[in-house]
Amino acid sequence: MSETAAVGAHAHGAHAEHHELGFIRTYVFSTDHKMIGRQFLFMGLFMMILGGLLALLVRWQLAWPESEVPFTQWIPEPHMYAGHMDAAAYNSFFTMHATIMIFFVVMPILVGAFGNFLIPLMIGTRDMAFPLLNMLSFWIALFSGFIMLAGFCIPGETHAASGWTAYSPLAAVPAFTGVNAGQNLWCISLIVLGISSLMGSINYITTIINMRAPGMGFFRLPLTIWALFIVAILLLLALPVLTGALAMLLFDRMAGTSFFQPAGGGEPLLWQHLFWFFGHPEVYILILPAMGIASDILSVFSRKPIFGYRAMAFSMIGIAFLSWIVWGHHMFQSGMNPALGTTFMISTMVIAVPSAIKTFNWLGTLWGGNIIFSVPMLNALAFVSMFVIGGLSGIYMASTPVDIFIHDTYFIVAHIHYVVFGGSVFGIFAAVYFWFPKMFGRMMNETLGKIHFWPTFLAFNGTFFPMHILGIGGHMRRIYNPLQYDFLKPMQPINVFITVSALCLGVAQIPFVINFFWSLFAGKKATINPWNANTLEWDAPSPPPHGNFGEIPTVYRGPYEYSSPLVPEDFLPQSRKLAPEVSARASH
Amino acid sequence: MMSWLPENISTYGGQIDHLFYLIYYLTSVTFILVAGCMIAFLVMYRHSDGRRATYTHGNTTLEIIWTIVPALILIMLGFMSKARWEEIKSPAHMPPPDLYVRVTAKQFNWEIRYPGPDGKFDTDDDLQVDNDLHVPLNKVVRVILRSKDVIHSFFVPQMRLKQDAVPGRDIQVWFQATKAGQYEIPCAELCGFGHSGMKGALFVQTKDDYDQWVKEQWPAPAAAPAAAAAQAPVAEARG
Repeated sequence: MSETAAVGAHAHGAHAEHHELGFIRTYVFSTDHKMIGRQFLFMGLFMMILGGLLALLVRWQLAWPESEVPFTQWIPEPHMYAGHMDAAAYNSFFTMHATIMIFFVVMPILVGAFGNFLIPLMIGTRDMAFPLLNMLSFWIALFSGFIMLAGFCIPGETHAASGWTAYSPLAAVPAFTGVNAGQNLWCISLIVLGISSLMGSINYITTIINMRAPGMGFFRLPLTIWALFIVAILLLLALPVLTGALAMLLFDRMAGTSFFQPAGGGEPLLWQHLFWFFGHPEVYILILPAMGIASDILSVFSRKPIFGYRAMAFSMIGIAFLSWIVWGHHMFQSGMNPALGTTFMISTMVIAVPSAIKTFNWLGTLWGGNIIFSVPMLNALAFVSMFVIGGLSGIYMASTPVDIFIHDTYFIVAHIHYVVFGGSVFGIFAAVYFWFPKMFGRMMNETLGKIHFWPTFLAFNGTFFPMHILGIGGHMRRIYNPLQYDFLKPMQPINVFITVSALCLGVAQIPFVINFFWSLFAGKKATINPWNANTLEWDAPSPPPHGNFGEIPTVYRGPYEYSSPLVPEDFLPQSRKLAPEVSARASH
Repeated sequence: MMSWLPENISTYGGQIDHLFYLIYYLTSVTFILVAGCMIAFLVMYRHSDGRRATYTHGNTTLEIIWTIVPALILIMLGFMSKARWEEIKSPAHMPPPDLYVRVTAKQFNWEIRYPGPDGKFDTDDDLQVDNDLHVPLNKVVRVILRSKDVIHSFFVPQMRLKQDAVPGRDIQVWFQATKAGQYEIPCAELCGFGHSGMKGALFVQTKDDYDQWVKEQWPAPAAAPAAAAAQAPVAEARG
């Protein structure tokens, strides 16, 4: 391993010395993993604004059905009708909200941005194994984003409107949704995105296996890298399944095949099996990087080693393995053989165990710490507490009889948002605040960060916790107008409360946007290691130059040696060599 | 919080609610413990200059305990759930029906079809109506679910009943209502632009009211469609 790293380092170093890169090669068509990471970050943050605004449109409709939505007069038909939306547009909005948030926000930021930026830096190498492939993965992802956004511009029809799950035959026959080109573009965009993800995951896996710095054994990897490594394997195996299913769906829509239509001998449940065989690992693709990031940040700001490092790594491996055999819990009410329901219930119950291990180990990390409430730490703590709620609510749907009632209700919406917003998005915020100094060489403002965090945390809970209550009341998801149902009318004040909270949640992001761009240009200059952290990226300058390290670091220990008795400081970087007699003391 | 659950009017709904409450209490206690510990640690171990954090990499005994305890709880929940699930969903465990009804979902209505006095579907005495499902109180009703176009989901919240209707399949579900009244039957699976508002009405009627309704639908001979049950008009079918 070390030889490979040395060869790679030499080759890359020579490459950097001999070629001064121009503007285009530095900032646009860059093969530098750090620039590609930043590009993914900007793409993801832009899409987050778009996806968030779509959510607000949906929420407005649910609170005040069919009333005029403020500031939307300019949106043309058939998306809006003079500030009003109809049911078809509503279906399109929530479909695109979910699609954008999952595929163009959380994945590009957690996996694309932080995966690209952090993997070479944290394992101690100069770049990804295949830099050109890496650049292509970003541009293909961006191209995919353009295709997806183009769906909003089809004259006379809305964007895709079959839900992000695209159940067939609804999604397979244009007449069933009234959407033709928009749904086709949705399929094509996700197929293209699958190609990008494949390139990225091959790169991640190859880099982590082959290019670790000398001394960087697998059990000295930071948990962020463990998470990204596992996610890359999941992506490599899961995305092609979706890509294949999407190709079949496109054939059904455009070429007259009947993979998913019983009229032609097809099977509607085949789509669900294929979709959720991808879709459930996808949930872990969205949450595992945030788990790794939160683990690292909790350790840094507790000034304590992570509690049970190996258990944390093995529980992520366990979650990844089990994620392949739980897809059927999305299909308990689908008409699938009930005997299979029991099987999937058991596997789903089992997957809760490694999640519980992780939670208790995070608590163990906090125990006895010297906890600093920095903004990254606040977001990491929010991640843990919100993930606990998201994880616990998962048990309700794992229990097959209880799932009969809560399936397809707002309870599910609450659950997925506690996992993907409370988990992944707080993970994103934690990561942005934590690694911003390394990415851009400047610190983000702590006060603005706290002004962003607290209202976000409160408004998040105000938005998504009451959805549990709606779900328990039987409130179906994906309905255009709750007031059409007598049994839902008493719950309408909750819908209004949720929407007001959601609007507050949207407003609460303004300090983040201001902080991000202000700090980018005028933030306090960051030192090499502003958080006194141990991992290798903090050995490189802020921001790291092309090639990252002057000399490839050697790794002497694991990443979580905080408050070690061996040194007077409360941190001990992985690359710091101790005097032989001190090291000898450590081994006794 | 519990008051938000709709009133249960089904014989097996109580068992679902029981499991729900059990999970509710277990998860609430877990959350309070975890959140309580977290808040306590955040207060107790907040940063102070000059103090050093405890240097430990873990505790194997603790980790074994907090792996085994959740695993045991989840195994227990799994066993409890399995028995209820089979009783409700498995055709082999369903009680013999007093009444068969065929419900065909379509964009955006429920077609309700009664077999009529001859007990057979698709004969001249069938009764087909859109959206109105009349059933007798305290009788076992077997519903054969179909779909004409896309996937819909037959949902009666008060009955704790939900099942997707899938084109190309006949899926059987059952219920036994314990309280007379009128209840809504929304569609719980996104089925197109008219999904919201695709709802039927379930009329659970006392014996007298139901008999009267049957008499109105089939004036002569006044044989209730409930009698059809003995003739089992459809084979057990589940795709």
